[in-house]
Amino acid sequence: MRPCGVFDERYETDMAIIRTWQHWTILLGTIGLLFCIPLFASYYFISLLNGIFITSVMVLGLQIIMGYCGQVSLGQAAFMAVGGFVSALLTLKLGLSFWLALPLSGLSAGLIGLIGGAPSLRVKEFYLAMSTVAIHYVIIWLITHLKITGYTQGLVAPPPAIGNFVFNTEERMYYIILMVTLLLTFYARNLIRGNVGRIFIAIRDNDLAAEVMGVNIFKYKMLAFFVSCFYAGIAGSLLAHWYQIVNVEQFTLNHALLYIGMIIVGGMGSIPGAFFGVFLLRLLDEFVLTVSPMLAHKFPQLGMTPAASLGVMCFGIVLVLFLLYEPRGIAHRWEIFKASYRIYPYRK
Amino acid sequence: MENNLIHIKNIHLAFGGTQALLNVSLEIKEKEILAIIGPNGAGKTSLLNCISGFYRPYKGEIIYQNMDLTKVAPHKIAKLGIARTFQNIELYTGLNTLDNLMAARHIHMKRGAFWDGIYFGPRRREDIKHRKFVEEVIDLLELEPVRKKIVGSLPYGQRKRVDLARALCMNPKILLLDEPMAGMNVEEKEDMARFILDIFELREIAVVLVEHNMDVVMDISDRIAVLDFGTKIAEGSPDDIKGDPKVIRAYLGAGQS
Repeated sequence: MRPCGVFDERYETDMAIIRTWQHWTILLGTIGLLFCIPLFASYYFISLLNGIFITSVMVLGLQIIMGYCGQVSLGQAAFMAVGGFVSALLTLKLGLSFWLALPLSGLSAGLIGLIGGAPSLRVKEFYLAMSTVAIHYVIIWLITHLKITGYTQGLVAPPPAIGNFVFNTEERMYYIILMVTLLLTFYARNLIRGNVGRIFIAIRDNDLAAEVMGVNIFKYKMLAFFVSCFYAGIAGSLLAHWYQIVNVEQFTLNHALLYIGMIIVGGMGSIPGAFFGVFLLRLLDEFVLTVSPMLAHKFPQLGMTPAASLGVMCFGIVLVLFLLYEPRGIAHRWEIFKASYRIYPYRK
Repeated sequence: MENNLIHIKNIHLAFGGTQALLNVSLEIKEKEILAIIGPNGAGKTSLLNCISGFYRPYKGEIIYQNMDLTKVAPHKIAKLGIARTFQNIELYTGLNTLDNLMAARHIHMKRGAFWDGIYFGPRRREDIKHRKFVEEVIDLLELEPVRKKIVGSLPYGQRKRVDLARALCMNPKILLLDEPMAGMNVEEKEDMARFILDIFELREIAVVLVEHNMDVVMDISDRIAVLDFGTKIAEGSPDDIKGDPKVIRAYLGAGQS
């Protein structure tokens, strides 16, 4: 639905996502605010945002493959690991600058992703999910058994630098992470509204029809895997240089499941949904981190268990509640809100 | 091969032990509405599926532009200019009407996937060019009110029409229609027949029509082929078919003739 009183006379305006000056104000205001946050926010809050943005890049990639193209991938954490380790190796062993290692780590994760996506030619859904789990374990096994990746200890990833300016604080990293996130969000949103996005959704909704309509299914599935693993690789690289250490513990299957949980909560097939999901579940984590010490204090007889298990329990409960009451995620609620806001004070 | 577009030569198709098509030969000619009729399970849809590459006949060939379509992948067949609709409407339910039709323009899009992410500039100009083509089809099939509606929420008759529009957006040389009027009321059937004739006259393409409804078939087709139990039992003009004893037997049963 269109904002009230806005009429389109050209196809450009009809196809635009940002339509009115109010939209532009909100968009530019939000971006401006995001850039100003380090000026007044606490160190802890910035660190939290860094984590959220890196996860958002990852989940955007997952949204493309799972939400739009409909291919279940449980191997995303491993592809993220590929990005992280490649980036660390390139900067550490070859002495490449971070700015070159970042896109290269995305590309290498994308290429590995093509291997991970190859079974999608033959298998679908559960079986594809299982084959991507296999890919996950293969990659993680390789990382923990190769000397070059430092076995289970992992590697040290030097912080990015321009000349003598080293991005070694949370505030400095925040700007790199924010810029990359904005750029990749822009790219993902455009990819989805254009021809490629339509084809992805066509494959998700009806792959047989898509094929008869002239879509080379395998090529586009591979493209979806490439793009999503590229995003995962970039996220991995950012994570590595942000922590300044990269280790397999950051990329477990639990992480991959958590990312899938995020797009379910946020809303499948929606770019804002990816952000909603990441924010909600990350804030839930924070909530648990503050509440569980209190619980442990109040009920010492429980020992240390509540702190460890409360997070998983909350995640499970939130996921089940969403699946029951809003399977289309927060993004759907957001759409409903926007639609009713546009026709306010009238009702549907 | 004066004006033959597709030459189907002796194709055989079987599913396990069931013979779906047995030695069927047929020609699809330029600027002609060819109807394929027959009782349930006669192999009409199987024949269409063979042409569009869904099924692979184990014997025989389908010649189109000096190529054997039985050895070409379905998506390439679409690019060669053969579009089809489906008996059970196979639309992309999550997209709106416009995007369903734009997705069909995919085969005419030139710029690669990288440009899609950039979008502004050349990619958008190309999209707008295709949008103009799509809007013409929307005009022709009177789909303006549902342009931005999600296809999954449309009523049956309109979804059928979107299916036809999508095939048309591919700008095909041959249009295969698989029961375009199944499950419609009289008014919707008349609309559909009018659309098919409009398309036929405007685009001057070959139309292959699989249909159960005899009145429609007799009215709008130039030539009719009748299938029964996987074999072609008759072919000719509507008047010939009406009087053909084999056709009458196939439809009314052996005892009646």
